[in-house]
Amino acid sequence: MPSIDPITRDLWQVIAATDEVPVGLVEITTLLDVRLALTRDNDGNPVVWRRTDEEQGDEIDPETVLDRLPVITGYGYIWTSLGTPPKELFPIPEYAEADRKNMSCGSIGLAVSAPRAVENFLDMGHFPYVHTDILGAEPHTEVKEYDVEVSEERDEVLATRCKFIQPRAAKSATEAMEVEYVYRVPHPFCSVLYKSCPEDENRRDVIAIFLQPMTEERCRAHLLQSMIDSTSTITDLRRFQQTIFGQDKPILENQYPKRLPLDPRAETPIRADKSAIAYRRWLSQKGITYGVIPMAS
Amino acid sequence: MTITLYDFELSGNCYKLRLLMSILKLRYNIVPVDFYPDRQHKADWFLRLNPFGQLPVLKDDDLILSDSGAILAYLAKKYDESGQWFPNDPAVTAEVLRWHAVADDITSTASAARLALGFFYDFDIEKAQKGAHRIFRLMDEHLWFGEREGRDWLCSPDHPTTADIACFPYVMLSEEGGISRQDYPALRRWTDRVRRIPGFMVMSGIFPAGRAAEES
Repeated sequence: MPSIDPITRDLWQVIAATDEVPVGLVEITTLLDVRLALTRDNDGNPVVWRRTDEEQGDEIDPETVLDRLPVITGYGYIWTSLGTPPKELFPIPEYAEADRKNMSCGSIGLAVSAPRAVENFLDMGHFPYVHTDILGAEPHTEVKEYDVEVSEERDEVLATRCKFIQPRAAKSATEAMEVEYVYRVPHPFCSVLYKSCPEDENRRDVIAIFLQPMTEERCRAHLLQSMIDSTSTITDLRRFQQTIFGQDKPILENQYPKRLPLDPRAETPIRADKSAIAYRRWLSQKGITYGVIPMAS
Repeated sequence: MTITLYDFELSGNCYKLRLLMSILKLRYNIVPVDFYPDRQHKADWFLRLNPFGQLPVLKDDDLILSDSGAILAYLAKKYDESGQWFPNDPAVTAEVLRWHAVADDITSTASAARLALGFFYDFDIEKAQKGAHRIFRLMDEHLWFGEREGRDWLCSPDHPTTADIACFPYVMLSEEGGISRQDYPALRRWTDRVRRIPGFMVMSGIFPAGRAAEES
């Protein structure tokens, strides 16, 4: 079994959408090559433990589970840790705004490492080719200059002033618009993006991807949408996001190697990859080795 | 007439109908059904439309239909003025239905592997993958010999039929189930031909055919 670096071990890791885990029934999953079982007790609180002989769908009395892993809930998801996690999750303050439609969009398996999936989420260059007529269209293929910094205070990668012309920026969009994005990477395997909201020019829709590293070359993508949209249903909004994600999936799964190379000479970046370069460097400086090909020392 | 499709974007079986309706230039409404994660295809309101709890369902005015293969036949017989997509000739009808049955076998193998790996269905992945490879091998041979005889499609007519539409989606999505098509060159060439049918449309996970071959 591959070793889990101490940083990764001590992080909170997402494992499931809270509402999708039935009370008193076992769900099984894999986190960092460790087999896990989870359920919810009668109060709806998640219980997570290392799986032994439990099978998917088994009935279980959560009270009988004594050897539990740490649990926190946030943004509609259950998070656990194999080590000693911090007190809190990274903040997404917008999630608490009363008029937002918050939803999970399904947990989808990807045959690629979690960091590769984060990097794809940060990339705008593929919009016109992969999300044709939705998030981009020829001839508007240029990724304009944008800013990237690593915030020391919050320990996260931040890309700002990202602009792109999008034919259909969101479910609520009725015409093409130049959309401004802000990307945050507040966790080695999670990214949050803020994009201009078609319905309210003073606010931003929030879309986040939380990756659950199952193995070094497989992950589970948990998608969160926190939207300003007074007309669409949750089903409509989920469908929009799943359409986008379904387009990314084959592209991501064809990336090789499946682990993310951190050596700057391993893959040739272009100017549009500024955020990816900062992300790789940040992972390297943190000492993340799970799901990446570390720089030769 | 008003056609309504009860639809899930990432479903290959729903896409079969979107694809044929696009080719036949039919207008239709979509009612999105949250197959995943909400399992709305097992909800009471959906089971009243289709007690088997499966997508897709299509409503044409008051007529409610289910099963993608049956609906393909219905749409072709009712709306295809050329009569080519579901031909009347008895022998060809039998051929088409034979491949509709293969399409269902592709669903229970290639699509099952995709559901297990992508959507965490509790299926036997290895068995599903093996089953899909067995079918792909047979299809590849059938198509390879077809090319030698000047036949481009699954059935004998010199044009595509609903058989090609029915078998296409889960062949194209097979890699999501960990099933490579690398060893099936004739199968791959056939998927390119399907993607060049006038009126072809994509779904998430299926990209248009490259332009290069068109120009050559």
